[in-house]
Amino acid sequence: MNTTRPLQYSRRSRWIFWTSVLLLCAWVLLPIYLLVVNTLSSPEAVTQFPKRFVPEMDLTSLEFFASFSGITKAMVNSILVASVTMVLSILIGAPAGYALSRFDFRGKETFRVLILMTRAFPLPLLALPLAVMFIRSGLDDSIFGLALVHTMLAMPFAILITFSLFSGIPIELEEAAWTLGCSRFQAFRKVVLPLILPGIAASAIFAFVISWNEVFAAAVLTIEHRTLPAFLLQSLDVSPMHLKFAGGFVLVLPALIFIFMVRKYLFAMWGIANR
Amino acid sequence: MAEIQIKGVAKHFGSYQALHSIDLAISDQEFMVLLGASGCGKTTLLRIIAGLESPSKGEVWIGGKRIDHLPPRERGIAMVFQNYAVFPHLTVFENIAFGLRMQKLDNKAVTERVERNAELMHIAPLLQRYSGQLSGGQRQRVAVARALAMEPDVILMDEPLSNLDALLRLEMRAELKGVLAQSRTTTIYVTHDQVEAMSLADRIAVMHEGHMVQTANPTEVYHDPATHFVGSFIGNPPMNFLRAQALGNGQWQVAGKSFTGPAQQTGSLAFAIRPENLEPAADGIPVSVRVVEPLGPHVLVTCTVDDNHLFRAVLDSRTTVKAGDQLHLNPQPESIRWFDTATGMAVSARNKQ
Repeated sequence: MNTTRPLQYSRRSRWIFWTSVLLLCAWVLLPIYLLVVNTLSSPEAVTQFPKRFVPEMDLTSLEFFASFSGITKAMVNSILVASVTMVLSILIGAPAGYALSRFDFRGKETFRVLILMTRAFPLPLLALPLAVMFIRSGLDDSIFGLALVHTMLAMPFAILITFSLFSGIPIELEEAAWTLGCSRFQAFRKVVLPLILPGIAASAIFAFVISWNEVFAAAVLTIEHRTLPAFLLQSLDVSPMHLKFAGGFVLVLPALIFIFMVRKYLFAMWGIANR
Repeated sequence: MAEIQIKGVAKHFGSYQALHSIDLAISDQEFMVLLGASGCGKTTLLRIIAGLESPSKGEVWIGGKRIDHLPPRERGIAMVFQNYAVFPHLTVFENIAFGLRMQKLDNKAVTERVERNAELMHIAPLLQRYSGQLSGGQRQRVAVARALAMEPDVILMDEPLSNLDALLRLEMRAELKGVLAQSRTTTIYVTHDQVEAMSLADRIAVMHEGHMVQTANPTEVYHDPATHFVGSFIGNPPMNFLRAQALGNGQWQVAGKSFTGPAQQTGSLAFAIRPENLEPAADGIPVSVRVVEPLGPHVLVTCTVDDNHLFRAVLDSRTTVKAGDQLHLNPQPESIRWFDTATGMAVSARNKQ
């Protein structure tokens, strides 16, 4: 009796474990699967049920979507805003991450919590005062203005990722460089930078994706210079079903690819942030 | 000339005093070992000399120049770190060349110096490898070659052998001694391993709780420890200590026997003797044997005196003793040392006032 109990227990816990894994995967993958299937189906097939398991690879929806007026401009805007966000959040976030990992200063722990807290603050609450401020300062409806807001959203991640990257590099490597004739800046450029460059690239891509996906601030703060999500939100609302799917697909695909590319570094970030 | 002078260097971290006014003079080409248990401040002192830490008080001079306000790169030093600190993104060649490239040496000179030092440390076949492809011992060699290639005035080493396994450590120790003697560079070497210290040092500076307790050559540190701590820290097994009672007229009673000691009348003293300076004799100190450990060349006998004071003796390997025996051990008179139990300082028996 007693000897079989641990076995049963472990079998049951394994069963629970795999069920949870399956459920979570289904929760993430099923919508994506349906999105892909419907995008690659003919407009007629989209409204039919049951679905074919493998879509007929009909590109009509995507072609129509591509020729939709304003799409190209929105996409260019999206890329511009995301690029500026990427550059700004690394330029500001990486030094902050370096400082957090290398220096002890008063309120360091509080600062780290505050960084996360910026994400806890709801953007809708900020939207109105922000919009008023942007209009007053002339930043409204501009690429740079929106990029500023997106930088605010991406920066906590940039800081936390670079913090964990810098922490992974032993301080002795820098100290060795100092004793070998480097100034603090030279040691950073010749030793630290080459070692963290892949991680910096990952963190930049993540900032890009955050900006690419962001719709609320984009919808509130821009009118003429809409980014892709804001543009889709505005125009797809009144479009037929198959076009909505095509729009969703175009929006999700780059984000998915990018996140998959940098997944290793995101795990590192959460490992640190959860501590 | 690269003699080093440390004048009144103190360091505190917040309210914690890591170093208390350290004075130390190291002459040119000397091999000085800073020895102490972990947390005694020896690494802090080394890092202050390197410029990786700034002293709270005091001055550091190298080669007649005050350098404690200079950044590490302007001090004429090279350092070998405990965890090697070999740059993982550079080949062994570029690692050794790193400091030379910073000095803007031309390519020919760089290649020549890198190859010479790689040869010296027996890593010439590894020059194109990366640190990830090297063993711990090889990484250590790269770190030493990188420091030597700088041809610095002073080489600082922070427990460079402590991450190596025992056999490799023995091999590297002998090699380091040869290489550094040949390079004629002033060396400061930090370790907590007393055997390493004894074998390498011209002089040993023993540190304890942020104080410099004795600076002397290895033989003197071993035979004439300046304090109770030095005697108990250096030597394996450590020195034996027994309480002594004044009988007056320079006579002291130790475990029921009387010995001639310091002439002083006041204060209480500890009687000290190294385990290897004991021999069985009918009129010796009576001890009861607890453990007998044959170690090959000799036998380590752990005994107790008066039933509670631990007392160790290193005896000839042909001695036939076993646990439970009663033994009488006679200390060699010239090897007996005396320490003040209140201050821990050594008290000379010869200094009769």
